Amino acid sequence: MAEKVLKRPDSMYAEFTRKGGAAPTATHYCPGCGHGIIHKLIAEAMDELEIQDRSVMISPVGCAVFAYYYFDCGNLQVAHGRAPAVGTGMSRARDDSIVMAYQGDGDLASIGLNETIQAANRGEKIAVFFVNNTVYGMTGGQMAPTTMIGEKTVTCPEGRCAEEAGYPLHMAELLNELKAPVFIERVSVSDISHIRKAKKAVKKALQVQKEGKGYAFVEFLAACPTNLRQSSEQSIRFINEEVEKEFPLKNFRNLSEQVHPIVRGKSDYSKEALDNIFDLEHDSSMDSMDIPDFDQIGVKIAGFGGQGVLSMGLILARAACDEQLHVSWYPSYGPEQRGGTSNCSVIISGSSIGSPVVYQPDILVAFNRPSLEKFAKDVKKDGVIIYDSTVGDCDTIVPEGITSISVPATRIAMEAGSKKGANTAMLGVMLAIGRTRLSDDAFNRAIEETFAHKPKLISLNQKILNDATEWTKSNVE
Amino acid sequence: MLAKSDIKEPYPVIHIIECKGCGRCVLDCPKSVLELSNDLNERGYHYIVYSGAGCTGCGNCYYTCPEPSALEVHLPIREK
Repeated sequence: MAEKVLKRPDSMYAEFTRKGGAAPTATHYCPGCGHGIIHKLIAEAMDELEIQDRSVMISPVGCAVFAYYYFDCGNLQVAHGRAPAVGTGMSRARDDSIVMAYQGDGDLASIGLNETIQAANRGEKIAVFFVNNTVYGMTGGQMAPTTMIGEKTVTCPEGRCAEEAGYPLHMAELLNELKAPVFIERVSVSDISHIRKAKKAVKKALQVQKEGKGYAFVEFLAACPTNLRQSSEQSIRFINEEVEKEFPLKNFRNLSEQVHPIVRGKSDYSKEALDNIFDLEHDSSMDSMDIPDFDQIGVKIAGFGGQGVLSMGLILARAACDEQLHVSWYPSYGPEQRGGTSNCSVIISGSSIGSPVVYQPDILVAFNRPSLEKFAKDVKKDGVIIYDSTVGDCDTIVPEGITSISVPATRIAMEAGSKKGANTAMLGVMLAIGRTRLSDDAFNRAIEETFAHKPKLISLNQKILNDATEWTKSNVE
Repeated sequence: MLAKSDIKEPYPVIHIIECKGCGRCVLDCPKSVLELSNDLNERGYHYIVYSGAGCTGCGNCYYTCPEPSALEVHLPIREK
C-alpha cells in the first residue's frame, strides 16, 4: 500500500558527516533542546517552498554554532553577533539567495544587538530566526539579555534583579518600532500545539524571502532543559506558564501583501569595473583565461618560518599569473615572525578555483623533516615530493610509489652566491620537472616582478633558478 | 470491499541510536502509545518504544522530537 512518511526534511543531511562521532546521524544538542525542533521546521519550510538550492544558512556563536552540520544548503558560520552583517553582504552579493540568520539570545540580543537593529532598519532581505531560551546555553547557563526577573541562572543565582541587571529585552517589540521590517512574529516551540503554529510563521518568513520582499524576524521561545535544570515536562510548563507571560506570543506585523519585492541595481564585478573603482591600470595585469585541458595543480610548500616558504609560493603564483592561468595562494602560519612552522597552498588551474586549500598536493615541497612527515602522506599517488637534502634519509616517510627528489637546495643557492636562495633553488627543480606546465620565461619574469624593488637580487635569483634546473637535468631521471 | 482488518494503520518508526530519551513525544502523544524503555541504547539513553497498536498518524511525535532522524511516522494512503 502506498504511504506517506513524515520524516527528516530533504533540506537536512541524512548523515552529519561534518559532526562525525559515535552517532553521526544524531545532533550534538542536549536531550529536549529546542534547536532541533526549530531546525526541522526551517528545513521542512525550505522543502515546501522549493528554495533549498538558493538558501544560505548562517550559523551563529552559541549552541547552534554547528547548524552547518545539519542544513543541506549554502552555509556560513560567523563571529559572535555578526550574522546580520554577513547576511547583508550575502543577500546583496547574491540577489537571488535566501539568507537565514539563525541566532540565540546571547548572540542576537547582546553582542549582536546593534547589527540586528541596523539590518532590520535597512530592511535587508534576511530571515532572522531568533531562539530565545532565556539563558546562555553553550557557555554553561549564564544570565542572558532575555533572562526574566527572578529567573535563576549561574550568574544570577538569586534570580535576575532589575536594579542590578535591568530588564529582559523584548526583541520582537523592539524591532517592531522600526519601519522597514516586513514580518515580525513571536512563537513558541514548547509543545506540539505551539510547534504547529510556529511552523506557519517560519514558512511565512521564508515566503517573504522567496518573494524578495525584505526583513523577516521570528522569535522562538524554546527550551533549554539542561541549563535551566528542567525535565521535558517542566520545560514545557515553564515556557507556557512563565516565559509566555513575559514574552507574549503574537504576530506583530505582516506586510507581505502590501510591500513590493526589493529591486537592487545589478552588481558589476567585471575586471574593468573594479579597475575603475580602484583607479588601477588596465594593462599591468592580464585577466586569467579558461583553458579546458589544463587540469588543476595543487602545490603545498612547507617549512620553518623564515625559510622563504611563503615567498616561494608567491613567486610560483606570479609565474602562473603571467601565463594567464587561474591562481590562488593561501598561506598558513603561526603568530611568530620567525621560526614556527609555515606552509602555503598554491593552486594553478585552467578554470576558476573554489577552495584555495590544497589537501592532496600534486607537488609537495618540504624544507624540513617535520613538514615532510606532516604532509607526505597526503600527496597524490602520481605526485612528486621535493625536499631539502638536509632532511636526511626519508625512505620511511615518503609513501611507496611516490616520486621523491632530494635537492641540495642550500648548497646550490650558496654556490650561486647566497644561501638565502634555497627556496629559489626548489623553484628551479619544480620548473625543471615540468609538472606545473609553466615556462622558463614565466618563472624568470616572476622573479623580476618579485624583486623589482631590489634589482641586485634579480640576477642572483635567476642564476639560482637556472643552476637548479641544470642540477635537475643532470641528477634526476 | 475491504474488511477493517485489511486497512493498514499508521505507525511510527523509531531509530533507537538517535533517541536521547527526552520524553517529549511521550508527552505529546494523544493516544499514549509511546513510552520510555527500561533498557539503554548504545549511547546510554533510555529510548522510545511503540506499544505496537493505536497510532493515529497525527505526527505529533515527529514534530515535537528534537532529533531530525529519530522518529518517522508512516501513514498509509487509503485507496478510494
